[in-house]
Amino acid sequence: MAEAGALQQTKTFRIETAERSSWAVAAAAGVIFLVLVALPAFANRTLIQDLIFLFYMLALAQCWNLLAGYAGLISVGQQAFVGLGGYILFALTLLAGIDPLFAIPTAGLASGAFALVTALVVFRLRGAYFAIGTWVVAEVYRLVFAQFKELGGGTGTSLPPSATSGVFGIEWVKALFDVRTPAARDIISYWVALALVAGTLAVVYLILRSRRGLALGAIRDQETAAAGLGVDIYRIKLTVYVVTAAMTGMIGALIYLQKARISPDAAFSVLDWTAYVIFIVVIGGIGTMEGPVVGTVVFYLMQRYLADFGASYLILLGTLGIVVMLFAPRGIWGFVSERYDLTLFPTRRRLVVRADETASSVTQQRKN
Amino acid sequence: MLILALEMTGWLDALIQGILLGGLYALFAAGLSLIFGVMRLVNLAHGDLIVLAAYAILVLAEGLGLDPFGAALVALPIMFIAGFALQYVLLNRTLGRDLLPPLLVTFGLSIIIQNGLLQIFSADSQRLRSGAIETASIVLGGGIAVGVTPLLTLLSAILVIVILNLVFYQTSLGRAFRATSDDLEVAQLMGIDHRRIFATAMGLAFTVIAIAALYLGLRANFDPTIGPGRLLYAFEAVIIGGVGSFWGTLAGGIVLGLAQTVGARINPEWQILSGHLAFLVVLALKPRGLFPRALD
Repeated sequence: MAEAGALQQTKTFRIETAERSSWAVAAAAGVIFLVLVALPAFANRTLIQDLIFLFYMLALAQCWNLLAGYAGLISVGQQAFVGLGGYILFALTLLAGIDPLFAIPTAGLASGAFALVTALVVFRLRGAYFAIGTWVVAEVYRLVFAQFKELGGGTGTSLPPSATSGVFGIEWVKALFDVRTPAARDIISYWVALALVAGTLAVVYLILRSRRGLALGAIRDQETAAAGLGVDIYRIKLTVYVVTAAMTGMIGALIYLQKARISPDAAFSVLDWTAYVIFIVVIGGIGTMEGPVVGTVVFYLMQRYLADFGASYLILLGTLGIVVMLFAPRGIWGFVSERYDLTLFPTRRRLVVRADETASSVTQQRKN
Repeated sequence: MLILALEMTGWLDALIQGILLGGLYALFAAGLSLIFGVMRLVNLAHGDLIVLAAYAILVLAEGLGLDPFGAALVALPIMFIAGFALQYVLLNRTLGRDLLPPLLVTFGLSIIIQNGLLQIFSADSQRLRSGAIETASIVLGGGIAVGVTPLLTLLSAILVIVILNLVFYQTSLGRAFRATSDDLEVAQLMGIDHRRIFATAMGLAFTVIAIAALYLGLRANFDPTIGPGRLLYAFEAVIIGGVGSFWGTLAGGIVLGLAQTVGARINPEWQILSGHLAFLVVLALKPRGLFPRALD
């Protein structure tokens, strides 16, 4: 205690977010990214297709995690923006003749705009009611798109081969990797998926490290107290809602470019685009960036080896979700990080207490 | 003139059918309203539980050789016990400051129920058969007739709401419901075992679910996948009516029923869409519902 008293006089405080191991992780992430970019040169088509699935599920999971795990916006209606993005891509490609690759960012912008209008209504519902309200909105989108006869009405429509094989850059990819058109299409989708997942991770990471991220953490921990400290809760939640909707819309556009066939029931499916995503985030660990990564890998393995069991598989997923929520609410990553004190995405702030410039430091970790 | 008269009759018929349909939606919503009122729990499996109860009535009717009304009567105590147990064993663990656990646990439950039913009963649609009453109708004159089953549905909805109001405001159980709802800590200090109270409320909600299931099965076909749709109607009726008032829930159900039948009258494909849109319009204009009561 006397020592602590002596320290009191000389020590200085500093708030850090990164640490040495994190820089190593950042360097590793850069290397992994470059390897992934070059991967189509070595990988076969099945692996590329599996990775596309993995990437878009991870991107969706990161978006939902930012919404529910940080902003406290528990949405059961994110399929609204997946479907919207998909349908906008189809509309732009089929009706306006725009190159699908350029339709993807447009789909993102449009989804963000739709989210802004949607928010005016659903933000009137709080907490659990917000969840069902977003679901109603997704149903409205589904029923409205089923009315567009030009886009196949209730049964849906397909992208003609001419539209998908005329994608920007496809000739170049065919020449570069010496592959046929379908494989070249997959490679382009793969790069778009990689760009989207990397972009999503970067956006979520930067938001969490910014002042806004600190406010988000405060909202997550105690909304009333955060408001009392001057956090503009409505504005921050609205920003997160619109940004994640825009990202979700782009991911949806990519998903349906890759599938090349869309129907209202599939595009606005609560199971495919929200239930699975919630499962991923909860199993992996909600409220961390690492959780969705772990969850996506677990989900991919289950989907690959168990999906053939159909209804039993879904019963298993539901049960697993409930068990994790009740007995390990911080998920797999919560368990790992607690045990080994590990951080891959340093979004937490740490209080570093130093006796002086040269003395060894006493580090106290605080959860932000 | 004749065409105009027919047109008028058509619209009048749509209005009457809408009000009767509203009775069914009020029955869907009453259970949801009850459990939200007592424990602030939003049950995402509510619609699937209605479908589950409909299958239970079907199995009881076939197994015991009863008509659906008799089977529903047998189902009531079973459903009460099931609801009590679900709340006591599982859902009580999820309640707290954090919204996520109850939502995600009931969402998981919804997926489990849907797929469990799918596995046992397949995706084929089913119906509760009640013989003559099924097609019986009362002719009101002027080319308008009212089906006996829809009429019974609305009357049952009114009866359920009268009973729920009596339980809430005239009994000691209702006092305990209101006390735990108003201030959980103080209620506990007064010696109320909130876990039992919550479980009793869920048991009561399950009996309402059984009644809703009876009329769901009598009025239309059902299959394991229609649960989420029923949840949305129930939720919309609660919000349109205003959270915290059972009579508001009945009114909300009727508004929703009217919106759907009027929409369907304009274009049959718009039935469900116009119900959802009516909900969004009410939410935009009167976010606390048409008959607000509670502050939460």
